[in-house]
Amino acid sequence: MGELVRDAWLIARKDIAIEFRTRSAFLSAVVFALLGIVICFFAWDTTAVAAVDLAPGVLWVIFTFSGLLGLHRSFGLEQVDRAIDGLLAAPVARESIFLGKALANVAFVIGVQIVAIPAVALFYNLPIGRVILPLASIALLAAIGLVSVGTLFSAMAVNTRLAELLLPMLALPFFVPIVIPAAQATAKLMSGRPVGETIAWLKLLLAFDIVFIVACTLAYPFTLEE
Amino acid sequence: MVPSQGAVVATDNLQRSFGSRRAVDGVTLAVGPGEALAIFGPNGAGKTTLLRILGGLLKPTGGTARIGDATLPGGPDVRRRVGIISHHTLLYDALTARENVEFAARLYGISQHSSAAERALGEMGMTERADTPVRALSRGMKQRVSIARAMVHLPAVVLADEPFTGLDVSGARALSALLTGLRRSGAAVVVVTHNIDEGLSLATHAAIMHRGRLARTDRTSELGTGEYAAAYGALVMSNG
Amino acid sequence: MKATPLSIAAAIAVVAAYVRAIFFTPLEAIQGPAQKILYIHAPAAWVAFLAFGLVALTSALYLWLREDRLDRIAEASAEVGVVFTTVVLITGPLWGKPVWGTYWTWDARLTLTLFLWFVYVAYMVLRGAIEDRSMRARYSAVVGILGALLIPFIHLSVYLFRTLHPQPILMKPGAPSLPSEMLVTLLLAFASFTLLYVALLRVRYRYAVERDDARPAEAYVA
Repeated sequence: MGELVRDAWLIARKDIAIEFRTRSAFLSAVVFALLGIVICFFAWDTTAVAAVDLAPGVLWVIFTFSGLLGLHRSFGLEQVDRAIDGLLAAPVARESIFLGKALANVAFVIGVQIVAIPAVALFYNLPIGRVILPLASIALLAAIGLVSVGTLFSAMAVNTRLAELLLPMLALPFFVPIVIPAAQATAKLMSGRPVGETIAWLKLLLAFDIVFIVACTLAYPFTLEE
Repeated sequence: MVPSQGAVVATDNLQRSFGSRRAVDGVTLAVGPGEALAIFGPNGAGKTTLLRILGGLLKPTGGTARIGDATLPGGPDVRRRVGIISHHTLLYDALTARENVEFAARLYGISQHSSAAERALGEMGMTERADTPVRALSRGMKQRVSIARAMVHLPAVVLADEPFTGLDVSGARALSALLTGLRRSGAAVVVVTHNIDEGLSLATHAAIMHRGRLARTDRTSELGTGEYAAAYGALVMSNG
Repeated sequence: MKATPLSIAAAIAVVAAYVRAIFFTPLEAIQGPAQKILYIHAPAAWVAFLAFGLVALTSALYLWLREDRLDRIAEASAEVGVVFTTVVLITGPLWGKPVWGTYWTWDARLTLTLFLWFVYVAYMVLRGAIEDRSMRARYSAVVGILGALLIPFIHLSVYLFRTLHPQPILMKPGAPSLPSEMLVTLLLAFASFTLLYVALLRVRYRYAVERDDARPAEAYVA
């Protein structure tokens, strides 16, 4: 078990180092998120509907689509010189490869959220200061769910002809049970409801995360050539 | 070739099919400690598939393959003993040569990964450019880094697929020296190449693979290059 | 379509069910003739989920046993299933408009069926995007199993959503309190649709077998 984590962490660090070096995917995702938020702001008139009602939806829709941007590159970078073979020939468990990449993707998604959430608060004039901790928890749980499924489908899509179309087609239905709880819980928090009312949604998110981390980790070896 | 028992790398009637296509069709070989087997063959002969099986990347569909006592595909412990030089460089473009080799050293559990990487890069003449991102290196230099990466953990088995790709004379010499050094410590080497001269210069044994089978095997000490090349041509053409 | 005994039986059953539905089952008092769409809508929904259940089951079995037949059954079931799912999604609004005044309500079951449709389509696009047979089978199997895991979560999310956002109270068509004649017709419709499903499944499976046999060399793309 320790080996699994140690190797996963090694691979995650490598992925993060590569992203740091090029920064292109991360910057694109951040800019995309900001642009998206701005467009949403102008698309839905906050004089007609309260900002606090619109913002959660915007936040989590943008989260979903900017998450997808990061997922593409996850296995894409292993294709270039067949570096994936280097990982597969190494004395690391297949599951470590999956977990390592998922970890790096979580870092990526959280990184984007660190910019996007304050941006939404800023543009929609929301006092998130008091609810920052519960909001961060929701973001973390949602990121874990998104990344579990997204990393697996990224590994698969990259080997097919329609990689760019397939990743969203496969992943988006799975993102819905993440977005609904996240948006609903966020809405409750933003309108000043007590944290206790969001518990049901958080439990659903947590259950989703547990089920899909396990399922996707177990499924990953089946996506490898044998 | 040594009898199977003492071999470091051995296969017994190994088969690998893809659907109805038999890429490897009954290959039996054994490579003992300190030996190097060069496998020649035209494209599509199944050489790369054979190497992928030996590297633990593919499962056989029939027969067996072993590294030491362990049947392939084994787990991490078997893979730890093997170093793979592929005809792709297996490198990460955005990282430096040093970072790539250190990453490999860490993956293979080398405790002194920095010094191991330093040594491996030095042996392949890449010390000066070690901190250049791989994307800025020429094909030949990438190949040197790729070789350093493959051997940083001093593997007991080296599987090399067209390792001379892109290498200049000094690079080729460095590769030969590295392999000879490893062989002296008892490592076994399997080289796949279509370049008969380079292959024969590295190897103690030579085999020709054609349509998934080994057509003949010889000790290289008993071969003359010219006649071997002719024999190879004849064999490949006649069955062509 | 070859006229096997099964397909003939299925065709007869379906026709019989609808003759009965249209001519020999009383009109529902409040909804009128539109209610008869129930006899397509509900059985189609049953088959849609049944088909996906088979996809999920054969997917799991394939990953365990690696039998090509299992993969072909999954492929066939998915294609037949998506057709029935589409029927549900079309008949739902067709029923909704005359009865409730709107084409679409985010009714829990209809929403779930919509997601089933998305999973089916993704499954089929995935299959279409992979040439190598072994990879296609493995990847599809993974999506089949994950899709099955997804369905309960969608259901839960939508259910929780609806309990917190109460929708206007609607007629509950298809509730168990159907008079016995309607119930019989409904059951007949269910049975005939199931037969139809099996017949179509076999046809589609046979097509897959013939297609695969005709191109053995395509099993591996180097």
